[in-house]
This record gives sequence, structure tokens and C-alpha cells, in this order.
Amino acid sequence: MTTYYSKDHEWVAVDGDVATVGITDYAQSQLGDVVFVELPEVGKTLAQGDEAAVVESVKAASEVYAPISGDVSETNDALVEEPAKVNEDPEGSAWFVKMKVANPGELEELMDEAAYKAFVETL
Amino acid sequence: MADPAASGPLLETPLHALHVELGARMVPFAGYDMPVQYEGIIAEHTWTRESAGLFDVSHMGQAWLVGPDHETTARALQAIVPSAIASLGEGRIRYTVLLNPQGGIVDDLMVTRPAEPGSEGRLFLVVNAARKDVDFPMIAAALPEGVRLEILEDRALVALQGPKAASVLAKHVAGADEMGFMTSMDGTFAGAGDDIEVKLSRSGYTGEDGHEISVPSASAEALVRALLAHDEVKPIGLGARDSLRLEAGLCLYGHDIDETTSPVEGNITFVLQKSRREAADFPGAARILKEFEEGASRKRVGFRLEGRAPAREGADVLSADGEKIGVLTSGGFAPSVGAPIAMGTVDAAHAEDGTPVKILVRGRELAAHVAAMPFVPQRYYRKPAK
Repeated sequence: MTTYYSKDHEWVAVDGDVATVGITDYAQSQLGDVVFVELPEVGKTLAQGDEAAVVESVKAASEVYAPISGDVSETNDALVEEPAKVNEDPEGSAWFVKMKVANPGELEELMDEAAYKAFVETL
Repeated sequence: MADPAASGPLLETPLHALHVELGARMVPFAGYDMPVQYEGIIAEHTWTRESAGLFDVSHMGQAWLVGPDHETTARALQAIVPSAIASLGEGRIRYTVLLNPQGGIVDDLMVTRPAEPGSEGRLFLVVNAARKDVDFPMIAAALPEGVRLEILEDRALVALQGPKAASVLAKHVAGADEMGFMTSMDGTFAGAGDDIEVKLSRSGYTGEDGHEISVPSASAEALVRALLAHDEVKPIGLGARDSLRLEAGLCLYGHDIDETTSPVEGNITFVLQKSRREAADFPGAARILKEFEEGASRKRVGFRLEGRAPAREGADVLSADGEKIGVLTSGGFAPSVGAPIAMGTVDAAHAEDGTPVKILVRGRELAAHVAAMPFVPQRYYRKPAK
């Protein structure tokens, strides 16, 4: 399984043609306490860069963008009940959606872990 | 509201280095580089409700109005505010608003008549940071001969708020915990090296008991370090300050009230004391008194949302049958309520508590209702009856 990162601070872990998408630890630390998560419908077709989910902290609402194109195959409904999980385990159990990878070529535009770490250092 | 100092370097309060040392996340606010949070907004909010939170509010404007006697100084201020200042007792604080000629609110502010000997003819003013550049010239321009405005550039302001705040402060300033709500006292702060001269006000912006402490800038850090040394006290950022005041139902200038809002529309008619209403001698009196008697066409109210999704400033408020009736002026998740709450301005016909409404967020209609404020009980100090 390979994990890729976007400049919008999403991560996408790819296993075969299934991509699991979440937000990075850096993203949750910038958001602060997450109090609300809105997830897409299963079956929704997302193009790369579409709004996939909404995450709200005490201060503000932020969009989670689809880092790649594909159909939503599963959503992590536990986050709706317990939004604080996004702060606790953003790159693990607090994934947002699983997608069916539509265009593997899009993954090449994303960063690997080392490149993402270097990117965050510049912020 | 536009950030008045969005261009140009940010100002720093005398506590800036301490905030950075404490690991605060700093953000621009009203032209200052201010701490928005230290450990997290919910934790800081809850700490303030349960123990004691320390806030740096040094960005706010502090000033003296100085005249020959209380009556003269009070009358000078009364020319631009609708509250009774002349009848304000020694050592008393009053919340009021500066008004424009249309009766709109230029800013909200605290006015203190000090009790100390030698302070005859003086009023202490505290105004919003983002409005200093508007308020001070407006006040100065309104003053008659013999009354002058002295802007204090060399004092910091901190707030210590929460159920344990007064007992902690009393360990440093004798008698601090015996002051009545909305009273002031000059004192000496001990336990931070040299004694520090402070001006205490038993007031705040959280709905909790506590004090605001005006301190010379050079002594501010020593005073704050001495307070933070108590296990009961933690530093609190502007993020929790906003969620605390929202739960307490308190207005934020530039959001919930502005230059178009009258005190009646802003639902702060308690600034209109009876003697001033009868005299009708303040800016915009005709409009304000008509609204006071007949009701304004729109009014600031609170909302409780039924789901978990927060609604923010700017969201449209719809009636049960989908007609636009107003707009949110503040909103967010309320940590002590455990649910989203909001404030907004709605047409008077829909302002009654319990009125069902819908709030439009990202194209969806969220169920909500008009709700009484404060959203959490205010716990201001009341002196025990003698």
C-alpha cells in the first residue's frame, strides 16, 4: 500500500484500486478542535479537486477535496458521531472516504511522504 | 468587517513574547498579532467555565476622560452615549454605546467612574481594539472646552475569568474577591516582585465571574506570570474568548452590532436608562425612542440548531415557509452547550423565543429555533446580603 499527499493536506492510501482518503496530521493541527464532519453519499462520483467532505472546527469550516477522481465506495460514518477522532487519529482510524481509483495517472501528481514533509516545512 | 491594519506590520501587546513562549498560535486580529489558542479552543473554553482563564486583551483601547468635576465630564460623554453617566456612582462601571447621529452604534464600551481620592472629574473608558481609530477621534471631537481625552498607550489589560478567578486574584490584591459585580478599585498587586499598581474591574466577557486588570505595560508580564503560577489558572486565546462570549449572549462589535444597528435592534436596550429616555438628548434619540416604544423592525436574537452542523456569520435565516427573514451575525459550536448556537438579526415578526426557523448552510436548510440568551447561565458575582 502506498500513501500519497496533496498540497491541500489530504492523504490517499492506495491498495489495488481502492483509495482511502483523509486529512493529514498537519491539517488537523491547523484546524484545531473538530466539531463536525459532513461526508458525501456512497456512490457519488468525484472528480479530482471536487469537494469530498466538510470538516468544521470551533473556528471555521473547511472543505476536504478529492485528491483523485473516482466513485465513493464507503464513508467513515463514525466521524459524524465522533468528530474529535479527526484530531486524535487523522492518518489512521479517522479516514473520511474510500474511493475506487478512476485514473491511476492522477496519483503521479501527488507527493510522497518525504516530499509532503518538505512541503509542510515551507509553510 | 475589514481588518483595519490588514496592510502594514502587526502590532504586538506587551505580552507578545510570553504568548510565543507559551506555544500560542498567533493570528492577526484588529491589527495585532494575538494568540488564538494555546492547547485548544474547547479545552480552554471548558477550563474557563470550570476554573480560571487568563486573557490578554491589551489590544483594547484604554483612555481617561478628564474634566473639572464628575458632572461636567459625564455630561460631555452623555452627548454621544444614551446611558446615564452623570448618575453613575463612585466605583461603578456601566456598559454603553457610542452613537452616530442616526442612532447607529459606533462602538460598545465600558465606562468607569473611579472612587479613588483625586479622581473627581475622571472617567475611565475601555473600547474595542478594532474601533480605537474611530472612537477616540469621535470622542475628542465631541468634547467641550475643559474636558479632554487622554489615551493610555502604556498600559496592558488582562482578564482573569472563571469560578476560581476572584479567589486567585485575592491572593495578590487584598479585597479583590469582595468587590461587587461592575465595580472598580485601584489596588496593589503583590507577589510578582515589586508591588504593581493595578486598576481592577469586576467585569468580563465570558459570562463568568472575574476581573479585568489594567496594568502598566512594563509590569504586565510579571503580573501574568504570577497569575499563571497558580494551578487554577491557564492562558486562554481569542478563540475561546469568542465561544465563551457567544454562549453568554454578549455582542461582538462589527459582527452582531454595527453602525447601522440601533441599541433596540441590537437588543441591548438596558443601555437606555429611563432618565436619558425621558430627556431624549442623545444622538438618534427620535429613532431609538420610537423603536423603544413600538419595537424595531428587526432584532438581534439567539438561535439553537437542532443538528450538529454549525452555522456561521453570514448564513441566511429563513422562516418555516422558506422566506428570508434575517442573517446570522455570529455562530459556531458551543462547547458548554454541546451543540451549535448562533446569533443573528431577524425581522421582528419572527423574533419570539421558540420560533422555528431554517438556516441555510452550503445549500441545505438546517432546522433551528429562536432561543433565549444567554445560552449558559451567567454566573456574575453577587455580594451576599448583609
